[in-house]
Amino acid sequence: MKHLLSAADLSHAEALAILDTAEAMAETQSRQMKKLPTLRGRSVVNLFFEDSTRTRISFEAAAKRLSADVINFSAKGSSVSKGESLKDTAQTLNAMGIDAVVIRHQASGAPHRLAETDWIDVPVINAGDGTHQHPTQALLDAFTMRRHLTGAMDGSPAATGADLAGRTVAIVGDILHSRVVRSNVDLLHTLGAEVVVVGPPTLIPVGAESWKARISYDLDRVIAEDRPDAVMMLRVQRERMSGAGGGYFPSPQEYTRAYGLDAARLAALPDHAIVMHPGPMNRGLEISAAAADSPRSTILAQVANGVYVRMAVLYLLLASDEGLDA
Amino acid sequence: MTSYLLTSAAILGGEPTDLLLADGVIAAVGPDAARLAGERDDVVTVEAAGLVALPGLVDFHVHLREPGREDAETVETGTRAAALGGFTAVFPMANTDPVADTAGVVEQVLRLGQDAGWVDVHPVGAVSVGRKGEHLAELGAMAASAARVRAFSDDGTAVADPVLMRRALEYVKAFDGVIVQHAQDPRLTAGAQMHEGVVSAELGLAGWPAVAEESIIARDVLLAGHVGSRLHVQHVSTAGSVEIIRWAKSRGIDVTAEATPHHLFLTDEYVRSYDPVFKVNPPLRTAADVEAVRQGLADGTIDIVATDHAPHPAEDKDCEWAAGAHGMLGLETALSIVQRTMVETGLLTWADVARVMSATPARIGRLTDQGRPLEVGEPANVVLVDPAATRTIRADALASKSTNTPYAGMELPGRVVATFLHGRATVLDGALNEAR
Repeated sequence: MKHLLSAADLSHAEALAILDTAEAMAETQSRQMKKLPTLRGRSVVNLFFEDSTRTRISFEAAAKRLSADVINFSAKGSSVSKGESLKDTAQTLNAMGIDAVVIRHQASGAPHRLAETDWIDVPVINAGDGTHQHPTQALLDAFTMRRHLTGAMDGSPAATGADLAGRTVAIVGDILHSRVVRSNVDLLHTLGAEVVVVGPPTLIPVGAESWKARISYDLDRVIAEDRPDAVMMLRVQRERMSGAGGGYFPSPQEYTRAYGLDAARLAALPDHAIVMHPGPMNRGLEISAAAADSPRSTILAQVANGVYVRMAVLYLLLASDEGLDA
Repeated sequence: MTSYLLTSAAILGGEPTDLLLADGVIAAVGPDAARLAGERDDVVTVEAAGLVALPGLVDFHVHLREPGREDAETVETGTRAAALGGFTAVFPMANTDPVADTAGVVEQVLRLGQDAGWVDVHPVGAVSVGRKGEHLAELGAMAASAARVRAFSDDGTAVADPVLMRRALEYVKAFDGVIVQHAQDPRLTAGAQMHEGVVSAELGLAGWPAVAEESIIARDVLLAGHVGSRLHVQHVSTAGSVEIIRWAKSRGIDVTAEATPHHLFLTDEYVRSYDPVFKVNPPLRTAADVEAVRQGLADGTIDIVATDHAPHPAEDKDCEWAAGAHGMLGLETALSIVQRTMVETGLLTWADVARVMSATPARIGRLTDQGRPLEVGEPANVVLVDPAATRTIRADALASKSTNTPYAGMELPGRVVATFLHGRATVLDGALNEAR
């Protein structure tokens, strides 16, 4: 595989190869000298058409720790804001002789277009496209779950080849607009986990019944009956309250009452269950401070793990002969 | 003027027969043709053995983009494409710049069509001023103009306001007009990118629900029935729409409907490529919808095939999906798609094809000199098709100014060998011949 466009493209073996490589990368990061020479002389462009400080910084840190040169291209203040097309931007970068593109774009499918047209001829890594996919987020989530839900279950490195068979993951919130959930459903299914997506019906897309996940509108029931090993809370944007037809839910208070991870729901989770969030959080809306700051929260571990996973993806796409093929 | 003797043509797919086209009419059919041809010194013989002869095709839904978007298409280039596709008459929609909402603009388009000379061009007038859906355009002035407009449409957007729709339906009764509706509830489709269903849920593209089409059609057939006027529904794309129209016809409501070639053939699975060449409005639907549209066309619920030929310049398609323009080319591939989806499947005969692609669209548009039977004395609008031929579609080989065909690289059956417009060969040997 030359590109990383969608978590759905990864086989069981390919996904485990990335996660195992990420563990190897993590091991190097406990050394005092964190920088590896692997990608010396290669240049990686972070092509961000949408603001995302944390994802961009994570990719930048990953590339730099592999000694790649990093060029950050933000659409704001660039020629893109003057109407330059994605095609022209891609061709311009191609002419400059870069080795990989990490793209974040508000249009679903934009990374596919980069990969499948002749605009640019380098590996493309999807860093989030519209409401479609965010594969490295799913990989870092799976990496985190492997560490917390298998083996010693204490966040220490997972065994090589471990998957998530038999685990149950509840993903809660704005399913309709979330690229994180689409990538997670695909990857978690591939790794053997059972997924329940939970949210108000207005925020679950028509057609989701075909996903490899169960659908629920009742978070309390999912916690009580499915006993999830992990609960992933998705960011709910406040602007979803307004808009056409009066919004997707009546008020933030009603949303929080039904779908927020408050202290009572936190206490109702199984003892070993972890609380995840891709960030940035709306404290008090989808997640309470009690949950976000509890010992079972892996939110900061997810941030750290994101760097290892992105190092692994860059390494496998740019430095290994096999690419992502396992 | 040259006369043409078409030898051994299978009229509507029937027995080989000779036809003589002379002085703009069909001068003879059968044994008389060769005899009468022998009495003339201006006859060119076209060997038509193995070819099917149909009345010249009539396309009730095209976009020729002129005036305003001459970078995408002109009346000249679009009507060249039409002639090559076997058409002898087209109805260009009103969403030009300026909008064809006055007698002046429709007469301009009429004249551009006459100057080009490849097909008869019958402009469609806008229903509302500027296609804004607020005030009736001067429908009477357009009807009384040299363009003699009978079909009115805000195509590209729906006439969403039910009161405006009612008034339009009523008003055109005075001159036997028809309101041609692009059925799309704007509120249910704000920001919509593709058919709402399994594929959109996976691709993360905002959904265009079938109900946004069906609810407008349901409202409009009830309105048309209530005021006793004529309604034509454009580009029917869903199984539910077919059901509603079937019900309306059973109640005696004066409604007609069209299907596009792409809605007879392509599904939303093509959107998985994220290639905007498959972006069209209404969107490509599911396989079940495609089957329902085919059945609707076969049983007469859907009256006609119309292409919705919609050229766009490369920069509006060579981009990410959300930035892409809606629409696809259709004129030069329509007959092949109908052959593939309807004739080769046994759903339609060639006589049925003549009905749905010529006679009925001409009747809906109130044309008296198009869509006529291939009989002595009728206008010599004829197309010769080689149904045994196959061709691989190449976007850069099309006559249209744009290249946004969804069929590039596909091998399709059928080839238009010759097209005759009022006795003139606009196409001979599969190539453009003479315009005037």
